[in-house]
Amino acid sequence: MTSARSDLLLLAAFAAAVLAMPLWMAPFGAAYPDLLQRFAIYGIFAIGFNILFGFTGYLSFGHAAFLGVGSYTAVWSFKLLTMNVLPAVLLAMVVSGLFALAIGYVSLRRSGIYFAILTLAFAQMCYNLAYSVLTPLTNGETGLQITRTDPRIIDTWVSGPSSMIPSTTLFGIPMSGYTGFYFCAVLLVAAFYLSLRIARSPFGAMLRAIKSNQNRLNFTGVHSRPYALAAFVISGVYAGLAGALLACTDPLAGAERMQWTASGEVVLMTILGGAGSLVGPFVGAVVIKYFENIFSSFNAGTLHSVFGFLPDGLENAVVTVAGLFVGDGWHLTLGALFMLLVIFMPGGIAEGARRGARALRGRRAARRSGAHGAHATHGPRAHGVASSAHAAAQRAE
Amino acid sequence: MEAVLLQLLNGVDKGGAYALIALGLTLIFGTLGVVNFAHGAFFMLGAFCAVTMHKLLTISKQVKDESVTFFDSYKEIPYLELWLGDTGARIIDYAVPIAILLAIPMMLVLGIALERGLIRHFYRRTHADQILVTFGLAIVLQEVVKAYFGANPIPMPAPEAFSGSAAVGEWLGLGGGIYYPWWRLIYFLFSLALIAAVFAFLQYTTFGMVVRAGMRDRETVGLFGINIERRFTIVFGIAVVVAGLAGLMYTPVLPPDYHMGMEFLVLSFVVVVVGGMGSLVGAVVAGFLLGILQSFASMNEIKDLIPGIDQIIIYLVAVIILLVRPRGLMGRQGLMET
Repeated sequence: MTSARSDLLLLAAFAAAVLAMPLWMAPFGAAYPDLLQRFAIYGIFAIGFNILFGFTGYLSFGHAAFLGVGSYTAVWSFKLLTMNVLPAVLLAMVVSGLFALAIGYVSLRRSGIYFAILTLAFAQMCYNLAYSVLTPLTNGETGLQITRTDPRIIDTWVSGPSSMIPSTTLFGIPMSGYTGFYFCAVLLVAAFYLSLRIARSPFGAMLRAIKSNQNRLNFTGVHSRPYALAAFVISGVYAGLAGALLACTDPLAGAERMQWTASGEVVLMTILGGAGSLVGPFVGAVVIKYFENIFSSFNAGTLHSVFGFLPDGLENAVVTVAGLFVGDGWHLTLGALFMLLVIFMPGGIAEGARRGARALRGRRAARRSGAHGAHATHGPRAHGVASSAHAAAQRAE
Repeated sequence: MEAVLLQLLNGVDKGGAYALIALGLTLIFGTLGVVNFAHGAFFMLGAFCAVTMHKLLTISKQVKDESVTFFDSYKEIPYLELWLGDTGARIIDYAVPIAILLAIPMMLVLGIALERGLIRHFYRRTHADQILVTFGLAIVLQEVVKAYFGANPIPMPAPEAFSGSAAVGEWLGLGGGIYYPWWRLIYFLFSLALIAAVFAFLQYTTFGMVVRAGMRDRETVGLFGINIERRFTIVFGIAVVVAGLAGLMYTPVLPPDYHMGMEFLVLSFVVVVVGGMGSLVGAVVAGFLLGILQSFASMNEIKDLIPGIDQIIIYLVAVIILLVRPRGLMGRQGLMET
């Protein structure tokens, strides 16, 4: 299953699906660059979060802080250096990585719920500071914007001063419309490739060992914290990249991106898609951003036309109830979805697909031979993973 | 001295709210072992009980306004005033305290229903799953409230008699310089009374004794033939009522809106951690402590010294406590220390 060839196939299929999104998203009414960009950006965010939560098992409730830091860094790069997106993206990744290193170094001293609260506390600190004392850096409630009077040293040096508010470019190619989307999409594929490589590496095996039983791993003599810290920093860099891309497509950064509801959203995306699976988080991000877009644009009129086939009294009742869940009430749908998912399908869409596939295979096998084949063997899995990680660690040394 | 006393007073009412929410969180964690991220939403629901009560009491009838003689003018007069005259007006004035009568049964029923319907299935799941499902529940509760009451804060006046300020300075013989709003003083006393009631209930009733025993060793209590799960369900209900009452009485201080609970929840979790996971006394002490600390940090002298400290002080304290003394101020040794 995990041979190099099947991985290559997976990567190729993923890249094809992502790059062809403008085509196959058209029947769903989602094939416009603005929304597709958001799919790609939040896909990166979720894939990065999955490296920490899905692989390593640490639930961070403050990841939006890194997204916010990435956005601010990118906008500052636009203001001070150049409107080219490349330095902005690189700088944002470096700065958010440093942030993640500092916060992770402290937070990873604890695990479980304490870790969640520590990361939440740090994110709230960033958010509160961005609104109050750091106003010179973040421009407070208004949000950080580019203005005509910004120095933009490199741009001025290359092409002389300009009096217009320029738009973001990649070496002269403006980052609007589909170019913006493809820029994000290429980075998404790269991000996916990296997460695939991590999952298949000894390092990834170590992360999974931390998830399944960190105590046991420590008892085998492995110092596990540096591995967890590395995962934390990598996912922080992913979040910074996503934040920078948000700023690239729309050069504006606001503190609300750091709020803990934003952190909750990425958790939801990852879980919806399937924490720990490779493609899952991206699927989760797409589903949530898609429904956010569709549902929040519904109003009573569209609902009436949808339920028009019902008798009048019933129609009004149904529309009143359904009206709570759409438009402004989109968050209600989100919350309900969150609950249903955790209750009934903790493995998310990925697990649902696996279950479906297993049921299909099971039926086929049953038709062929009768009894066995449907149940996979559930051996002493934790032990197996821990010992294989131990072997991996020995190999690494 | 006066400034210090004033900040102390400013801290205690907020501290009271933190302490009450944190007390409920700790009760739930200690009995059911569930991390409840929906507790802030219960605080908010309690606040909206006051709004509902006020709305119920002021259901009005359109009456012709006799004072306008040029044309037909109508004004709305609540039925209560029509029927009972001044007494009715006084009842409306006391809508907030009266709402307690509505809130207690409502929150209790809600709490027990939620525990039986939802939380029960999460005893054996991981803390992450518990956090996530209650987080979803909190969003749902918030959005339902938003759909009915709108997104704007709804000001709820305190009763007329308590709307002024108390001359606290004169009482203590410090001169007349220190005034403090009556209602916030009442909130402080109310939170003390409620905390005392909860502790008395746990300490001096048979029910409370069984619950305490169950918190120590659930299995043994079960072996005695006591249905400990049912007791714990009721404890969950009580915790929800405490959060609801805390929110209800807080409405004159802070006009309720649908997301007020989240802000308090995040802070209350920090309070629980600082006090020590599973320690009831720790939760209360840490609640007041952090409330007071926060109000001191927002003094101008201190803000000039360290800019922005008022925004982050609570989180900063939590980070330090978690790193230096992970079991919190009063947590039991060995409980959830890693």
